[in-house]
Amino acid sequence: MKQFIAFVKKEFKHIFRDRITMLILFIMPIVMIMLFSYAISTEVKNINVAVLDYSNDYQTKKIIEEIRNNKYFTIKYYLHSQKEIIELFQKGKVNVVIVFPENFSENMIHTQDASIQLIADGTEANQASMYVNYVQNILIKYLQNINNKGGKVNIGIITQSHMLYNPQSKSAYNYVPGVLGMMLLLINAMMSSIAIVRERERGTMEMLLASPLPPIYIILAKAMPFFTISSISLILIFCFSFFIIDVPIAGSVFVLVILCLLYILTSLAMGLFISNVVNNQLSAMLISGMVLMLPTMLLSGMMFPIESMPEILQDISYIIPARWFISAIRKIMIQGVGITYIMKELLALIIMCVVYILGSLKNFKIRLE
Amino acid sequence: MLKYLIIKEFKQLFRNSFMPKLFLIMPLAMIGIFPWAANQEIKGLKIAIVDNDKSSISMKLIQKIEASKYYTITSYVQTHDQAMKSIEEGKADVIVEIPINFEKNLIRQGTQTINISANSINGIKGTMGNSYLIGIINDFTSSLKTYQTKIMTEGQTAQTFTIKPYYLFNPRLDYKIFMVPAIMVMLLTLISGFLPALNIVGEKEKGTLEQINVTPVTRHMFIFSKLIPYWIIGLVLFFYAMLCSKIIYGLVPVGSIFTLLIFAVVYIAVISGFGLIISNYAGTMQQALLLIFFFMLIFILTSGLFTPISSMPQWMQYITTINPLKYFIEVMRMVYLKGSTLLTLIPYLFSLLGFAVVLDSWAIVSYKKSAK
Repeated sequence: MKQFIAFVKKEFKHIFRDRITMLILFIMPIVMIMLFSYAISTEVKNINVAVLDYSNDYQTKKIIEEIRNNKYFTIKYYLHSQKEIIELFQKGKVNVVIVFPENFSENMIHTQDASIQLIADGTEANQASMYVNYVQNILIKYLQNINNKGGKVNIGIITQSHMLYNPQSKSAYNYVPGVLGMMLLLINAMMSSIAIVRERERGTMEMLLASPLPPIYIILAKAMPFFTISSISLILIFCFSFFIIDVPIAGSVFVLVILCLLYILTSLAMGLFISNVVNNQLSAMLISGMVLMLPTMLLSGMMFPIESMPEILQDISYIIPARWFISAIRKIMIQGVGITYIMKELLALIIMCVVYILGSLKNFKIRLE
Repeated sequence: MLKYLIIKEFKQLFRNSFMPKLFLIMPLAMIGIFPWAANQEIKGLKIAIVDNDKSSISMKLIQKIEASKYYTITSYVQTHDQAMKSIEEGKADVIVEIPINFEKNLIRQGTQTINISANSINGIKGTMGNSYLIGIINDFTSSLKTYQTKIMTEGQTAQTFTIKPYYLFNPRLDYKIFMVPAIMVMLLTLISGFLPALNIVGEKEKGTLEQINVTPVTRHMFIFSKLIPYWIIGLVLFFYAMLCSKIIYGLVPVGSIFTLLIFAVVYIAVISGFGLIISNYAGTMQQALLLIFFFMLIFILTSGLFTPISSMPQWMQYITTINPLKYFIEVMRMVYLKGSTLLTLIPYLFSLLGFAVVLDSWAIVSYKKSAK
């Protein structure tokens, strides 16, 4: 036992002597949460519009007036011909062009044939449909106003919307679980695999294996500091999100802790597995980076909703541990449901943990080749 | 002298059996998988309907919602609590509640309220799901006979116009077309950013850096010998990626490939320079990895790759002006999708050239031949 403690102390010293790494590990989650909260947003703040008016009559002028008075729109150009449109878009100067054909007002009243053409920049796919939606809403409101001349209250079906769990639609709610999942993966899988492989590369692993401590304890000793760092990181992230950006912890903290422990264990097992299959640091970094982190960021539901992905990718996401972790954390932290609702996720994580641990034990090289 | 250094770099690079596999598979995987995964389109949202009225109008409304591609009705329940349960279980994303006597009151009083509750843990999904639903209900409202008769009774025919949206450059609003040029930038950034970052510091750890320092190789030559192989690899991968986009999506640049080439050349110089700077300052490979990872994350997320810069708060938009990715992504999208010409993009070229000069000079200056 004393030997083991001595090894653990050595490992702690190794890790904590590296100041730059420590600094980054503690700053990164905070920066990530802030980035995700502010940068990832599709909120429409301002729509740059150009108007091409072939009619120039009463109704078109009124509609243009409506648009000009709306705070979301800025009318940047009044065009004279269709040829100008493409060049404007190519220069990226406007988002939407509104075209009024000839005899607009007349057609509105008499022939029911009037139309307004909205040309949007399709290269910004999601944004384009939102812009068009906004313009359409203004135009429909305008129609409703001129038809309800009596200035009466809204006729028809009114909707009342409630945003569940996240009344202000803060994006932090969605991303904090993802940041947590990613940081824990980074620390436990990536860094631990690099640490083990580094020793092998430098030749110090030989010295460790020559000691009387069984190899399994050597690896266990290596895992300890990462465990500690993960816990600190965890507490940091929770405190930051709870106290500073007001993300709630609606469910049981106990269940949360168990979930995190399980995930940390799984990630450590993955790190161990990776360290067994490579023999130099660069490969370890590339594998844990490209095969672990990148798919995790993409397919785990951290940034992009899994339901929007095609079937194949949804199936692949089942073998990514982070996916289960993030889904369970969201349910516990933000929805506040009980442990019975995350049985599926817990089971998946336990299975993966066991698989990786067994795999690593089997592959573990006691002798160096 | 430079020639031999470059040959040495290539040899070292390809000695690692993982590298060629990486170069071959990564562009293919990124271009093939990313755009499908990075889909922020909202469709197939699951709705739970609580229909307390079950009248012909409520059924018509439900049919209209069902017909929309944005929503799939997954459950019909009797009470609000049951509906909340399906949200908790993840079986529904939105609840639509139609009150009792909906049809009767609508005809009599002319107005009724429908409650929409949306799971907005994912704020974007919640707001968009909500607003599309409101759009559908508004549309339904104006088609209602009751609405129209009310108008008619005021003594005039309803004035109306139709709205025809048209999406230029991307008529079907294919999100993948939007993503592919940006993914190519990301690919280039990852390869030309990470690899140089790990390169110099790897030599530092191995001890071979000391050996180079005692040779007459100058700082400039050394840094260039590191830059040039990654330049070449980056450009080759760039074309490879364009080929992949053509094969997988049938996407070809609308603008000139020559323009793209010029920008790619400058951009790789920028990003490799950045990697080399990190490599010069880091002590171990692990530090370099974490540092470059950290910066890449910030650059990629604030570059307008996934979400538009115009949606960011003002202070963040100022920060993006020192993000080289932002410029290159805009250029890529403009040339690839809209066919913008080199002339209109000159300001971007100058910005990127500026970055390249600053970063590469910094890399040269920060490289110290003597031990710390």
